[in-house]
Amino acid sequence: MNKPLNPSRRNLLKAGAAGALLVGFQFSVARGRAYAAQAAATASSVSANAFVRIGADDSVTVLAKHLEMGQGVYTGLATILAEELDADWETVRVEAAPANVKLYNNLAFGPMQGTGGSTAMANSWMQLRQAGATARALLVSAAANDWGVPAGEISVKAGVVRHAGSGRSARFGELVATASKLETPTAVKLKDPKDFSLIGKQYLPRKDSTDKTNGRAMFTHDVNLPGMLTAVVARAPRFGARLKTVDDAAARKVKGVVDVVTIPAGVAVLARGFWAAKKGRDALKLDWDDSEAMDQGSTELVSEYRALLDQPGVIASNTGDADAALKDAARVIKTDYYFPYLAHAAMEPLNCVIRLDKDGAEVWNAEQMHTVDQGAVAAVLGLTPDKVRINTLYAGGSFGRRANPVADFVVECASIVKAIAGRAPVKTLWTREDDMRRGYYRPLFLHRIEAGLDAQGQLVAWKQRIVGQSIAAGTPFEGFIVKNGVDGTSVEGAANQPYQVANQFVDLHSPRKKVPVLWWRSVGHTHTGFAVETMIDQLAAAAGKDPVAYRMGLLAKHPRHAGVLQLAAEKAGWNKPLAPGKAGEKRGRGVAVVESFHSFAAEVAEVTVREDGSFKVDRVVCAIDCGIAINPDVIRAQMEGGISFALSAAMYGSITLEAGAVEQSNFHDYPTLRIDEMPQVEVHIVPSGEAPTGVGEPGVPPLAPAVANAIAAATGKRLNDLPLRLA
Amino acid sequence: MIQLNVNGKTQDVDADPDTPLLWVLRDELQLTGTKYGCGVGQCGACTVLLDGRPIHSCRVRLSAVGNGKITTIEGIQGAAAQAVTAAWRKLDVVQCGYCQSGQIVAATDLLTRKAQPTDSDIDEAMAGNICRCGTYQRIRAAIHEASAIMAGRASEKQEV
Repeated sequence: MNKPLNPSRRNLLKAGAAGALLVGFQFSVARGRAYAAQAAATASSVSANAFVRIGADDSVTVLAKHLEMGQGVYTGLATILAEELDADWETVRVEAAPANVKLYNNLAFGPMQGTGGSTAMANSWMQLRQAGATARALLVSAAANDWGVPAGEISVKAGVVRHAGSGRSARFGELVATASKLETPTAVKLKDPKDFSLIGKQYLPRKDSTDKTNGRAMFTHDVNLPGMLTAVVARAPRFGARLKTVDDAAARKVKGVVDVVTIPAGVAVLARGFWAAKKGRDALKLDWDDSEAMDQGSTELVSEYRALLDQPGVIASNTGDADAALKDAARVIKTDYYFPYLAHAAMEPLNCVIRLDKDGAEVWNAEQMHTVDQGAVAAVLGLTPDKVRINTLYAGGSFGRRANPVADFVVECASIVKAIAGRAPVKTLWTREDDMRRGYYRPLFLHRIEAGLDAQGQLVAWKQRIVGQSIAAGTPFEGFIVKNGVDGTSVEGAANQPYQVANQFVDLHSPRKKVPVLWWRSVGHTHTGFAVETMIDQLAAAAGKDPVAYRMGLLAKHPRHAGVLQLAAEKAGWNKPLAPGKAGEKRGRGVAVVESFHSFAAEVAEVTVREDGSFKVDRVVCAIDCGIAINPDVIRAQMEGGISFALSAAMYGSITLEAGAVEQSNFHDYPTLRIDEMPQVEVHIVPSGEAPTGVGEPGVPPLAPAVANAIAAATGKRLNDLPLRLA
Repeated sequence: MIQLNVNGKTQDVDADPDTPLLWVLRDELQLTGTKYGCGVGQCGACTVLLDGRPIHSCRVRLSAVGNGKITTIEGIQGAAAQAVTAAWRKLDVVQCGYCQSGQIVAATDLLTRKAQPTDSDIDEAMAGNICRCGTYQRIRAAIHEASAIMAGRASEKQEV
């Protein structure tokens, strides 16, 4: 039997072995010396900087400032650093960095340590190249020192340092003792990209594959601390309701239940183990005051939003005179779109572990926003943020859910710890039903697009109105996401849509609702990408043009859009006819191209529509331009996964409300894609010398519009409401 | 105390007989490789073998296990299990990894029953296991690869 690691013990061991020789980039040389002196005492490892530790056993440990939630970031970060270090990939391990915004700031957000917006590789690219090169230079200095040869004559390859002249060589580990006494070089030279040997390699094994195939990978779900209690929380059925009365007599009688406490989020039942806690939670008798709660159903919300489609909103972009151009247009095409609330439904339902001790609080969490959660836990527990230590574990998916500006599920756990005065470590576990019913959701959106064509079929006017809750409003992120009344995440991909048009106008309504909303893999592009890309398809049809050729004609100023579009079309055999389906089936091919998070993705979908109106996506050909492809196989995996995730939403995804309460609860009424519905996916990566950009999200946006366009090609029917339903 | 045979060992567990096997494995025996995903037999994250057949451990009460032999991801053995694990690593199937214990147990069962499954055999055997990361295409390829490994005709090792 494998005993799970006791995380706190593991960390103690880690700190002991590390020798704490952390020299961050921002640290002065003087500080570096102090750390070096400390490490010299142990010399079991040496750290040239905050991102790498080299062990006397030849191990190279990369400290990852980003959360591994499936997107392959541990492998990606390690690849960049190992490349410049010339490490042996086999000896490279990855460990989650602690919460320390000075050392581990996300340079794309800053100052904030966190993972999101497909920024991990982009913001780490130069930082980790520098870190790897610095560590390499330190080892070279150590070898030069030991061997009495000029550093310039020393070479490094696959974890071995060599001096050709003297024939001497050493593994990294043999140089640790000397290196730990030296100052870390500051001026280092980075590799010429043509000399990369790990970056760009077609198949470089993932660093998390072994532990994720033997049951040993540690998720928050798996944390087990001595004396730990599991908490299951009863929360209000309607958003914004307040607790009136609690009758916990029956709950307290459940065997294994230790305590019942009221917290701001509801009532928590604490027990030894999940099952007793859940039975206790289910035995609670609670009354809720719904007077200020959400009381609308989806039908009422949609009617309210539809009325707003006729009212001017806050302007998000405005060039030329779209209204005048529409009035003069030979032909106007007007379409309304509907996008429902969506749950993230990561396989690992939400959870968090917090323990109070004499030094403050220790958190075990799949930590997506260290700085935010650290501050939030500190505020609940009356500590300063530096007294909150965070152990980051693997996330069983997130898709945005674990990155919450108001830290909901982390605050909830801290509130329970506070309510029991820190008597025991607490693990909160959300059931699947809790996870699905309590938000946070991709907001419900409506769009309206009016596009005008002149007599020659040229696009002359684009007017788009968007209605949906702001993700950032009312959160600490409002200040830098909402500008002039426009939440940038509501209009991204629409306000800056790439197609050439002289007159464009986009405006926005952001109604305030009590339904909690959040970013959901590719955020605004989940809806703007669909509206823009299906409208362009309609315009191509109206102009009597081929959908690819029509787009190319409007993308003259956007070569990277055009590049992926052309590549996807070519690889999909766009100009060759599709093989026909069986009798009664209709087949169609559709395309879409979307830029998101500075990456460019085009997808061609082939769809079979059955006689009963159901459909299957048979094949998707994807072209992605994400700059330099650090790990091509991880990029392919992210496109495959993004396509699957997007297809789930396109076929099934819908959270609805009835009188303010969420109607869905589990995978039977919020279905997701299963293996028998997975299309054959082919991914083609555009060769590029541009700086790397993200891949976690960009595979998602083009899928649904490509499928809708394929359905239109097959049936002549345009679907403008999600999920896509013909019957 | 109830006796339970898990991964070849008989152990005493102190849990209510109505407790789902999943929570006995996780909370009592610390076998945390088996995951909770839905609690209603919809997602397959909790798949283990009971007397060699896959079950949703979230839907089987401790009292119903009796003398049955339980095998979890931590204890899964044999040619099919080895081939599946090797194929999973070779093709880098995993993303977040949370569902993969269940996927691997289900795939092992399939290959134990049928050494050379077709795509539709795979669809049928694996449709009970949800992967939100969308690793399905690689799962399918890895099952074929595992089948080839078992038959002694594995594909060329990828460039590493």
